[in-house]
Amino acid sequence: MLDPVNYAIWLAVLSVEIFSFACLLRKKAFSQHFTLVFYLCACVATDIGSYSIIHTAGYESDAYFYFYFYSQSLLTICLYFVLMNLYSHVFSDMGVGKYIRACALLILAGTAGISYYLVAVSSNRMVTHFVAELGQNLYFVGVVLTYLLWGSMAKMRENRTRLLQLVLSMGVYVSLSAGSYAMNNLYPHHTFWQYYFPVTSMWLPISWAYTFLKVPADAQLATARVLAPNQ
Amino acid sequence: MIASLIFVVSSLTLLQFFVSYSRAIIAESRNHLLSEQARDLCGMKSSLVAGEQFRRLSQLIALCPEANDDGFQVKAVRIYFYLLGFARTVMGWATPSADPWIEAERRGCAYVVAVVLDRRIAHNRMMMANLLSH
Repeated sequence: MLDPVNYAIWLAVLSVEIFSFACLLRKKAFSQHFTLVFYLCACVATDIGSYSIIHTAGYESDAYFYFYFYSQSLLTICLYFVLMNLYSHVFSDMGVGKYIRACALLILAGTAGISYYLVAVSSNRMVTHFVAELGQNLYFVGVVLTYLLWGSMAKMRENRTRLLQLVLSMGVYVSLSAGSYAMNNLYPHHTFWQYYFPVTSMWLPISWAYTFLKVPADAQLATARVLAPNQ
Repeated sequence: MIASLIFVVSSLTLLQFFVSYSRAIIAESRNHLLSEQARDLCGMKSSLVAGEQFRRLSQLIALCPEANDDGFQVKAVRIYFYLLGFARTVMGWATPSADPWIEAERRGCAYVVAVVLDRRIAHNRMMMANLLSH
């Protein structure tokens, strides 16, 4: 069973995700940012799944440990879809939507292939912290893709505030997660991680809710003010 | 080895993304013009809020009930403000030329908190007016 702190964190994470989902629906972002809604639904499903596993197998069980890390890997793949959605918004004016979709499929197929290969050659290590290595690698690919997107936005002088904030918050999250997974890989046996990972997972839903609630859809912000604010 | 490398690279990108995200929040608040009352509270003589006002303004917004879920904005800017304080301490002796830049950023953080305070005061006044009208 969950201790009171873990239970409070679990409840907070679920509430934040549902709140963010409601904000996106309220601001009619469903069609324009479908992947964000899809990601939040996947997060809620994962939270409910983890709660039922804790109830049946226990919090300290291997079943929960692997469910948690592998579901996080699946959520990272959902995050790639979000990233591709952001790419398509940034490059929408250039009419390269079909190339982005093709690229997204290639990246997804590549990531799935590499992950499958890693799992196949590491099947004897599945009981070790291989799952943390996988998460670390998946998030790091996310860091590289987000960094490329942010670089392109700076170069193209993208000025849509919502898009800027969505990409930057995504960058914060994937960097934080990649670094945390790398640290977890180096120092796996620490109780700190059981509180840390769920708490950090609240960043994206909170920042999305903030962006959609506070930033009007047509708000514009010069990229130069973000890159060189003292000008 | 790979984990250490990923940790270092991710920490650097995290820093860059977080700084840019905070700047985006600050730049967005710059469009808001402060009311006369908020300017008096901040002790503003020009359109700038001094960086050292940040703590006092944070204490004031803690006294004012939250309006329109602006807590996230304040928290993000607060982390950035303390990060700048840390950077000033660490970089102060190495690159003194960075000091004016850090101070300008701290002023930006203080301005965001002043905007939040202004909005909260306006919200509370409206609530009070509604209450009195009933």
